[in-house]
Formats: sequence, structure tokens, C-alpha cells
Amino acid sequence: MKGVLAVAMKELRQIRRDRRSLLILLLIPLFFLFLFGYALNFDIRHVTLGVQDRDQSADSRALVAAFSRSAYFDQVATIEHERDISDLMNRGSARAILVIPEGYARRIGRHEPVDVQILLNGDNANTATTVLGYVNGVLTEATAGLNVKANASTIGVASRVWYNPELRSALFLVPGLIAYIATISAVVSTSLSIVREKESGTIEQIRMAPISTLAYILGKTLPYLVIAQTSAFLIIFAAMSLFGLPMRGDWFTLFIVVGVFLLGGLGTGLLVSTVAETQQIALQASMLLAFLPVFMLSGFIFPIASMPVVLQYVTTVVPAKYFLIALRGVVLKGVGLSEVIAPLTALAIFATAVVGLSALRLSRR
Amino acid sequence: MMRRIRVLMWKEFLELRQTPELLGLLVIAPVIQLFLLGYAATTDVKDVPIVVVDADRTIRSRQLVERFAGSPHFRIVADEVDVHQVDHQLSSGHAWLALVIPTGLGAAIDRGGAPTRTDVQLLADGSDANSSGIALAYAAGLVREYNTVLLAERGAAAAPINVSLRVWFNPELVSRDFMVPGVLAMLLLVVTANLSSMAIVRERELGTLEQLSVTPLSNWELMIGKLLPYGIIGFLDAIMVVVVAVFWFEVPFEGSVWTLLVAVLPYLMCTLGLGLFVSTISRTQQQAMLTAIFFFLMPMIYLSGFTFPIENMPPLIQKLTYLIPLRYFLVVVRGVFLKGIGLDVLWPQVAALFAWGTAIVTLAVLNSSKRG
Repeated sequence: MKGVLAVAMKELRQIRRDRRSLLILLLIPLFFLFLFGYALNFDIRHVTLGVQDRDQSADSRALVAAFSRSAYFDQVATIEHERDISDLMNRGSARAILVIPEGYARRIGRHEPVDVQILLNGDNANTATTVLGYVNGVLTEATAGLNVKANASTIGVASRVWYNPELRSALFLVPGLIAYIATISAVVSTSLSIVREKESGTIEQIRMAPISTLAYILGKTLPYLVIAQTSAFLIIFAAMSLFGLPMRGDWFTLFIVVGVFLLGGLGTGLLVSTVAETQQIALQASMLLAFLPVFMLSGFIFPIASMPVVLQYVTTVVPAKYFLIALRGVVLKGVGLSEVIAPLTALAIFATAVVGLSALRLSRR
Repeated sequence: MMRRIRVLMWKEFLELRQTPELLGLLVIAPVIQLFLLGYAATTDVKDVPIVVVDADRTIRSRQLVERFAGSPHFRIVADEVDVHQVDHQLSSGHAWLALVIPTGLGAAIDRGGAPTRTDVQLLADGSDANSSGIALAYAAGLVREYNTVLLAERGAAAAPINVSLRVWFNPELVSRDFMVPGVLAMLLLVVTANLSSMAIVRERELGTLEQLSVTPLSNWELMIGKLLPYGIIGFLDAIMVVVVAVFWFEVPFEGSVWTLLVAVLPYLMCTLGLGLFVSTISRTQQQAMLTAIFFFLMPMIYLSGFTFPIENMPPLIQKLTYLIPLRYFLVVVRGVFLKGIGLDVLWPQVAALFAWGTAIVTLAVLNSSKRG
């Protein structure tokens, strides 16, 4: 126990000497929170719309008005010539173009079906799908407005969204962000701390010192666990007060879930540092092991259900996946400790495995 | 001068060869990233787990459920669920969506007489807002299709305004075609900026910078000799990524290779210069790496439009994104791959990259000359 404290104190002194690294570990999470809270989202509004109205009738103008009235579209261009269309699309100044054919009003007057053309910029498939949804919505409204008599009963849709009624992407991104930042700062901090001793040769002195490997590892880990836990909760508090992130579950469960996850991240860093010989390699390896899986394979941004089956299996060994399930559960859905037992167990197994492995590797040398 | 630069480059390559792990990472990392981004980075919504509560149990309700079962967007994980279990199914994450069909739906449709409207309920788990929003739109679309079928049974025309849709640049709306070209831009940034951020600071930590400063190398020669080897590695990475993108992922390559090449050079100048600049303002390797990753790389990647569309950002932030070289290069890469446009459209982007690259390299050189 005394050994653990001694190593921890030494590590703390070293952290304190490098102010910039400490500031980065503590404050960068907040910076990212602002970024994700304010700047980054998938909430698509103000879709730029170009209009070519070949009919120029009261009916066609009504349809154009229906688009520009809706909260989703901003009419940015009126197209006169065919060649302007490809120009607008190539430059990306319009994401969608509405073409109303000649004879639109005449056909509407006769109750005949009429085709309007929608040209979509599909380069970002996700945005395009959402925009198509908006187009359908406006056209459905417009159809109803034309007062067409349907002589059959219809089925309507009443949708209700739970946990996040306005479908604000901030509420879904922020928990992911916590996982992301926590992983990176946890893995990076420990992976560098041991390699640094190797590079400067002080690891030999520690090996001579009368402390056990486990005490050494715990002493190395504890200060960073405290720092990472503090910064994780800083993000959570800031997200609650700034972006209205709800906290529907209990704090104790949250504390446990975050702590176990961070332990796994710190352990991953330790494992990396037992293998790597230079800080450069340690950093590249931990980015590859931590940064990518959390970003790509945890369900942070990209839904796991849509991935190829092989990758879905790979995600079962990504701890951030379980962390996100537990975190979103506690924060957004208000589930208790008993309901997050499964993901929590997975996290605990992972943490034990990586810390144990790195202790084994360190003691063998 | 050329000879001195060549010698320095040779030294850098020798150092790289002595750390085979690093060299391995430089080859393996891009491949892993490319495959992950190519396969996992899809915001397409497929196989959304859905539970069905069918309180109606008529032919009509089953027809509606079959539309969901047949759709590639949904996967029914449980039907005949009790309505009280919906809560648990959604909160545990077993299902993202619940379709609740009320009693009387079939009767209302087949009764005849005055038309009525019966609502089915769609309950969605909003904790993944993006996917839920798209899934809800698909679900509403399925219900609308079924309505059209019902109308046709009565001999009525379908909705009078039809959409004839044409999607440009990516007709089948595959997110991979959007993501993979982006990987080229991101990889170049991460690999080259990371490497060059170590360049000076490692010599400083090891104490060999003193020796370099007493050699007849000028500051410019030192910087160029340090940057070129990483530039060459970055360039090889770029070629590899393009080959894999075109031949493995079959991303369409509509434009010309030359346009891409013309843009890659100033872009590499930006990324290498950025790393070098970080190297000159850091005291230790750890500082350099943390500064490069957290202050520059990650904000740049997120604000460049790589995954998050710039047009969704608040106006002030949108203006800020003009400071990010990755933003311009993404426009070029995606333009060349998907749109097949050339320098006549893309010259402003290339010019911006040149300006940025010149500025950052100059800044790095000036900064390093002050080191005394």
C-alpha cells in the first residue's frame, strides 16, 4: 500500500511539472463538448433548394411556396436554363432541385396524376435520405391541400419518440463523446507514462526498487484514474447545464460504470506501453487500438446493426460498445444498476484482463 | 544545397528503418482504417430491430406487418408482443422501434361507407436520434405505400403528385462512396502531421538538435530535409488508398488522376507544415503528440465535413471551417471521385491549399529560427 502511494505521488509530481499535458487532459474534453454540443449534428435544416418552374402558373407557384414555407428548405436559386442545373449541383450550391413540368396546372385541374422532378445531390447518402424524407413530407401535405377526395379509409401514423422526443442529435452524441474522450485520455496517459521511463532509462531504477509489479501498476494508474474520472464528470455536468442532457438514473450507478470503463482504458494503455519501446510507437498504437474502435465500432456515430455481420462480431470485444449501452441507459433512459449488470460485467472482465495481462508482461521482464 | 538536403533525408530514412514497428504501423494503420471506414462507417439504416404489437389480428394488420418484415430496413425481433412489454423492450435496447396496431384497424378498412382514419402507433427509442429519425421516415413510408395499395383496391388513383427522383453523384445512396474518398484526406493528415510533429522535438529531447544546429544546414534545408521523407511516405499511402478504394471498394472514380495529384501536393505541404509547426512549439514528445492530436487533428477532422455536414453547423462555426485545409481537400477528393469535376471548378480549393501550406511552413521555419 505504501509502495502504491509512493509511485502515485511520484507520478503526480511528474504530471504537475508538465502543465500543458495536464491542461490538455483536463480541458480538452470540455472543448470537445462545446464542439459537439454546438457545432456538430445530423439535424438537417435549411436545405438549399433550386427551383425550375416551367409551368409558371398559380398552382406551380403554390407548390414552390409550400417548399419555401417549410422549415426545412431555403430556396437559393431560380433556374432559367437547363445548364444552370449541372452548375448548381457541381458547385454544391444547391442540395436539391425541384423541376415543375409544363402543363402542371392543367393536369392538376383535370385530376390527372402529374410528375414533378426532384434532383438530389447524393454525395452524402445520409443527408440525401433525410432530405428525401422532407420532400415526401412537403408533397404529401401539398397533395392533401389539393383536396383530393379519397374514397377509401386510410391508415395514419402517430409516432412517439421516447427518451429524446425532439430527436436532438446532441443528446445522442454527448454520451458517445464521453466514451470517446475518456478512452483517449485514459489510454494515452498510461501508455506514455511507462514508455517515457523506458526511453529515459529510469525504468531500471524502478525495477530495483522494493515494490511489487502490481503496486507499481496501481500507483501508475491511480492518478490518471482520478484525472480521467474528474474530466468525465466535468463533461457530464457541463452537458447537463448547457445542453439539457437529462440525468434520469442515479449517480452511484453512473460513477461505477464510468470508473470501470476508465480502468479498462488505463489498462489498455499499460498493455500498449509494455510492448512499445518509444513514445511515438506507443502513441500510434494506442490511437489505433483506442481511437478507431471507439469512433467506428462502438455505436457512437455509426449504428452497429447496419454493419456487415463479421464486424458486428468484432464489436463484441470493443468495451466502448458496452459503456455506451450502459451510459445511454443510465443517463437517457434512467435504468438502474440491476439493468446495466450485463454491460457492466463485460466492462469489468475487460478491465481485469488488460490490467492482469500488463502486470504479467511487466513482471516477466 | 541539394546534397545537404539529400544527406539529411537519408538520415531520416535510416532512423525510420531502425524502428520497424513504426514503419509497420505506417503501413498497417492506413489499411485497418480504410477497411473499418469502408465497412463500418455507414449511416445507412438497415435491419433496425423492431417489435410488433398486433392487437388487431386481422388480414389487414398482418398485411401491414408483412410490409415491415419484407423491408430491408427492418428486422422484426418479436411479434405478438404484449403492449406492456414495449417499455422494457425499448429501454433494454432489444428493439429500437415498436409498431402498435390498435384493434379495429381491419374492420375500419373493410367496413365501407364513409372513409375513416385509423392511426397505428410507432414508438421509437430516440437515444440514437439520427438512426431513429431515418427509421421513422422509412416506417411512415411503408404505411404510406400500404395506403396506396388500399386506394388502388378501391379503384382510386394513387397520390396525384408523384415524385420522379434522380440522385446525382451517388445514385444508389451508398454511404461508402462518400466515406472512402474522405479517408484519403483524413489518413494523409493523421499520418504525415503525426510523424512530422515528432521531427524536431525528438532531436531536442535526445539532445541531438544541438549537433544539427552546428552543421552548415540552414533552417530551410533542415525543415525540407525533415519533411520530404514523410511527404514521400504520405504520397505512397495516398496511392495505396486510391487503389484500394477503386479496386476493392469499387468507389466510382469519375475525374482525372492529375487533378488529384495537383491537389495532393499542396495538401501535403499543409499537413507536414502543421506537424512541423507543432514540433517547434513543443518541449517534449508527449506534448507534441497531445497538442497535435487534440488541438489540431481532431477539431480539424470533425469540423471539416468528413462525417458531419458543414451546412448543419451554426453560421459562425461555418466561417471557422474556412481555416481548415482538410475542408478544401475533401471538396477536391469527393469532387474528383464522385462528380468528375476538374480544376476549372476546383481551382479555388487548390489555391487555398497552396496559401495555407505556404503560410504554415513559413511560420514553422520562422519559429524554429528563434530557438536560439
